[in-house]
Amino acid sequence: MAGTTRRTFIAGAALVSVLPLASARATPEAMAAAIKEVVGDNAIREGRVTLDVPPLVENGNAVPLTVSVESPMTEADHVKAIHVFNEKNPQPHVFDARLSPKNGKAMIATRIKLGDSQKIVAIAETSKGEFFSASADVIVTLAACLEDLT
Amino acid sequence: MKASPPKSPSPLTLPDLLGRRAVLALLPVVFAASFALAQAGADKRRSGYQDMGAALQKMQDDDTANPGMLFVQLGRQLWAKPVGAANKSCADCHALADMKGVAVRYPAMPKDGDKPIDLEGRIRLCRTAHQQAEPLAPESQDLLALMAVVANQSRGMSIAPSNDPRLVPFREQGAAIYQRRQGQLNLSCAICHDDNAGKKLAGVTIPEAHPTGYPLYRLEWQALGSLKRRLRNCLVGIRAEAYPYDSVDYVALEIYLMDRAKGMVFESPGVRP
Amino acid sequence: MTNVLINAPKTAKKGEVIELKALIMHTMETGFRPGTNGRIIPRNIIERFTASWNGSEIFRMDFSPAIAANPFVSFFAVASESGKITFRWTGDEGFAAEESVAIDVA
Repeated sequence: MAGTTRRTFIAGAALVSVLPLASARATPEAMAAAIKEVVGDNAIREGRVTLDVPPLVENGNAVPLTVSVESPMTEADHVKAIHVFNEKNPQPHVFDARLSPKNGKAMIATRIKLGDSQKIVAIAETSKGEFFSASADVIVTLAACLEDLT
Repeated sequence: MKASPPKSPSPLTLPDLLGRRAVLALLPVVFAASFALAQAGADKRRSGYQDMGAALQKMQDDDTANPGMLFVQLGRQLWAKPVGAANKSCADCHALADMKGVAVRYPAMPKDGDKPIDLEGRIRLCRTAHQQAEPLAPESQDLLALMAVVANQSRGMSIAPSNDPRLVPFREQGAAIYQRRQGQLNLSCAICHDDNAGKKLAGVTIPEAHPTGYPLYRLEWQALGSLKRRLRNCLVGIRAEAYPYDSVDYVALEIYLMDRAKGMVFESPGVRP
Repeated sequence: MTNVLINAPKTAKKGEVIELKALIMHTMETGFRPGTNGRIIPRNIIERFTASWNGSEIFRMDFSPAIAANPFVSFFAVASESGKITFRWTGDEGFAAEESVAIDVA
């Protein structure tokens, strides 16, 4: 993190997380483009989505991640899809999940790879065509002792 | 004192007998005494598990989320599968439940042998001698799976090394290796894992190097691995040449490390970063 | 040998929301890593995970290379009727795995 102290980074990260997603300045283009593909020109609102991921992980190879969305999960009003994106892995997509009232609860947990410290965004698409989002910054510490590839 | 001293004091009814004020006055004394007792008797050794974040501890604790359990399950299938010229399975000789306690006791001396073997060595020996099958390659999935299912039978037990006197010279050999400076960085195991344990190396807490969870699922490996693999990692880390896979030096170190972790809880399959 | 661990309740009340957990052994090779020879190891991932309740799909998830090795997924379902829940994984190099569990719904 050359030229950036930890304090300014944390302050910056905090600032980024309160900015609405539409201001794509802090978001690398690939992630913004991938999000655009999913939401089109619809507005993305903060809220309803909880993205639970440890703020600091000891290894980026398997980072536990849980996305939950407040929703009655009825025919009339349910979460249709949950999409997760990241900023700095080679590709912006993490996963796309399809849900329906058959799920009863809009909550998914999995484990993801993070090549570096970065921002993760979860977007929920409802049956009413609304989009809600949450984001989280994860710091990935790198192992001190590396193994040779043999 | 409001109340007269009880004839037969019972800790459970102390408040009833002594009255509230007396108990409140006594509490700090009781706490101080029990704290001192706990300190004196406390085991200060830490398993790597205790240095992990809550998310990774949960990953280890939940059998349905611990990736090591996939290897345990595979091992259970392999345990029952006849192999080799003898067409025998492990289960033909051993009930899996009888493997309880084996992993916390190994390494051990094989019958008629002059060199100790670890769990991996025991499985390889059974495989070639009794099943008359092709040897399993070091760190191969099948070998790790068999180690995992055997080790898992001892989960929750205390590490209880064998007191076979024939192991003593090897334990001493292991202790000497542990203290010996090696590699281009000229470090011994002890410099990191005794002298500097608990401190940070980059962003990582240096563990005390207790082999409580092997074979374990290391996120860095994205796979299950043996203690031997971990020891080889350390050797590479200090820029030393890793010993050949069949070197007795590894087993000697394992004997020393298991003895050093005597009484600690065995966790296999552990999860570590 | 397909190696899968499923965690699902054996019984549930009708209408109850139950948690289903699935873990499968798979390297999830990203296609971005060089091997020991310096060449990129070809991508080999699970691309899709689905769950069906008596043949009718209840959940679907498309993976990217960012899903960790030995993928773990947990999700929820409304217990509808007795029968079987089937989990299916498909991916690169013709990978296909399937596992079913029985459930009693009263």
